[in-house]
Amino acid sequence: MEQLLRNILDHDIFVYGVMAIVPLVWIIPYALVVIYLERKVSAHMQDRLGPMRTGGWHGWAQTIADMLKLLQKEDIIPSAADRKLHTLAPYLMFIGAYTVYAVIPFSSSYVGSNINIGLFYIIAVSSITVVAILMAGWSSNNKWSLFGAMRSVAQIVSYEIPTVLAILAVVMIAGTLNLQEINQMQTGWFWNWFIFKKFPFIFVAFVIYFVASLAETNRTPFDIPEAESELVAGYITEYSGMKFAMFMLAEFVNMFAVSAIAATIFFGGWNSPFGGFLSGPIWGVFWFLTKGMFFVFIQMWLRWTLPRLRVDQLMYVSWKVLTPWAFACIIGVGLWMML
Amino acid sequence: MTELPTTQTKTSTGRSVRTEEMVLNMGPQHPSTHGVLRLELVVDGEIVIDVIPHIGYLHRCFEKHAEKMTNYQQVIPYVDRMDYCAAMNMDFGYVLAVEKLLGIKVPERVEYIRVIMAELQRIASHLIAAGTYGLDIGAFTPFLYMFRDRERILDLFEMTCGARLLYNYMWIGGLSHDLSPGFIDKAKDFCKYFRPKIKEYNDLLSYNEIFIKRTANVGVLPADVAIAYACSGPVLRGSGVNFDLRRDDPYSIYHRFEWEPQVGMGEMGKVGDCWDRYMVRIREMEQSTNIVEQALNQIPDGEVTSAIPKRIRPNPGDVYVRTESARGEIGFYVVSDGSGSPYRVKGRSPCFVNLSVIPEISRGHMIADIVAIAGSLDIVLGEVDR
Repeated sequence: MEQLLRNILDHDIFVYGVMAIVPLVWIIPYALVVIYLERKVSAHMQDRLGPMRTGGWHGWAQTIADMLKLLQKEDIIPSAADRKLHTLAPYLMFIGAYTVYAVIPFSSSYVGSNINIGLFYIIAVSSITVVAILMAGWSSNNKWSLFGAMRSVAQIVSYEIPTVLAILAVVMIAGTLNLQEINQMQTGWFWNWFIFKKFPFIFVAFVIYFVASLAETNRTPFDIPEAESELVAGYITEYSGMKFAMFMLAEFVNMFAVSAIAATIFFGGWNSPFGGFLSGPIWGVFWFLTKGMFFVFIQMWLRWTLPRLRVDQLMYVSWKVLTPWAFACIIGVGLWMML
Repeated sequence: MTELPTTQTKTSTGRSVRTEEMVLNMGPQHPSTHGVLRLELVVDGEIVIDVIPHIGYLHRCFEKHAEKMTNYQQVIPYVDRMDYCAAMNMDFGYVLAVEKLLGIKVPERVEYIRVIMAELQRIASHLIAAGTYGLDIGAFTPFLYMFRDRERILDLFEMTCGARLLYNYMWIGGLSHDLSPGFIDKAKDFCKYFRPKIKEYNDLLSYNEIFIKRTANVGVLPADVAIAYACSGPVLRGSGVNFDLRRDDPYSIYHRFEWEPQVGMGEMGKVGDCWDRYMVRIREMEQSTNIVEQALNQIPDGEVTSAIPKRIRPNPGDVYVRTESARGEIGFYVVSDGSGSPYRVKGRSPCFVNLSVIPEISRGHMIADIVAIAGSLDIVLGEVDR
């Protein structure tokens, strides 16, 4: 794709510009659909109908209407807030979420930047959201926001460790950090996917990764930073209008990002599950998005099923359950490779 | 503003830093204070050092209003509005008190209908309590499942008296309406429908691993403390004290039915923790279904309005009647001076008493636990403030 663009646009800056914007083409419609989906999924799980009126057929235009409403809302900055940080935080949050997409391979011929340390880059930039959350919580000058921010930072920093260790198990068998290469190794039928390699170690690593990623995206049962019934809305309490929308958008973007990484490193990414059947760059996009959306659906499913853990129990799960098991996985994979 | 105590704390690097406790204002506008309760929390990080409940945001001068009514019957709509989640139970208590003052004997059919309504209301009220408790812990879905079933009870009430929340149904000496045709069949259908649903709640919420982790061993209320604070209802029974006014101080016709008061047994943690209080409510719903079923089978024919007095003018005197509402012992102290309106009506609110144990049982817990504890006490602010 990069070559194709180079031929058409014949200037590097245009090429990189287009490459950078392509994920947005996916994210904006994705956010609209997935917010609608979240409503519908939750509604049907709870014996309700969800939005049914806006736009006619099953309330399909509800998210668009909501977005228009948020655009028109007054942008309130509390008088005691730190104006600069308060304004900057939502955008930094979105940047943190969006930069991850630079290295996610959507298809065999499209990846924003085919760098050789892709996985490492993802782990590094996804921590930017921590700074944004802390900024939001601190600048709001609200005790509840501060509590939310503090919890969030503690949570994301602790859960990065099991995440990284789980990814490390995959990296050990792949021997590379480049996501495109990891995908190419999994070509063929679905039993070539890494999830079925070195059974059951990589499978356990996947479970650890998925649980930890729920915590990193602040989804139930780890939605403690924005625990509605405890902290009102956590660090987003004092935000309204488009800034609030940016936080929500970042959350949904993050949800897909962690799902996409799970799909890429464990489930073959853009590879068709059936060998050569329906494979190729275009079908690759289809398979990749299908796998990603499947995990997004699972996240929703969990959110509307499970209660929330307490903050100390959350830390317990991270340090005393997930981290040791992740180490066990690494040792298991390592021994297997040695023998 | 009082000075907050400061302490010197050693950090891991050996430096000494001054730390300060923080006052956190929870409510009156907060998603999980069940209305307009305000809790002043003194916190050290996430640990709660002290809780000071502030009430009065929903004070509506019920007792003064009652004195100024021209008629004893006119007080009933006000009583409805005390515990708006269990209005039938409130009516029941007040009506029994005035009837005792007047010395009226109500017809058999009225007694049965009253018990059926009170027990259906207890189920509806416990459904709200358990559902919102799930919300407090972070589980959204059970709440809507419970409201789905509560809706059926409200449909039954609507069928009988037209109202769905505040009924004004039990009158002094009788009822405002007889049961509508078809009510008994529909109520029996409900009982059949409802039993399996209790298992569904248990699968969804009660025995959920995370739910147990959040509620077991949290907010333990020992039996002696519960008795010392005069707690009642599911809060008292959750602490393992087997005391239910329907059995121990029988009123109306409760002695005719077979049922068992439920007590907390500390299956998941200590006796008297949040899980026990929650579970007592779930189990009571089953017992109430038993009572409703028995009453529906035994209900005699008859008049429901024949004993309603034309003119209510009790002899001077006073009376205290206590009944078991969904939240505990609701008592009405009614004083008559011989005129047409009550001289004084005092409501003894179970929620107010239950709420007063909150500082006792929440010290040393985390902020998230305060939400769990406040939810497990199941307070209705309309009744706390009156």
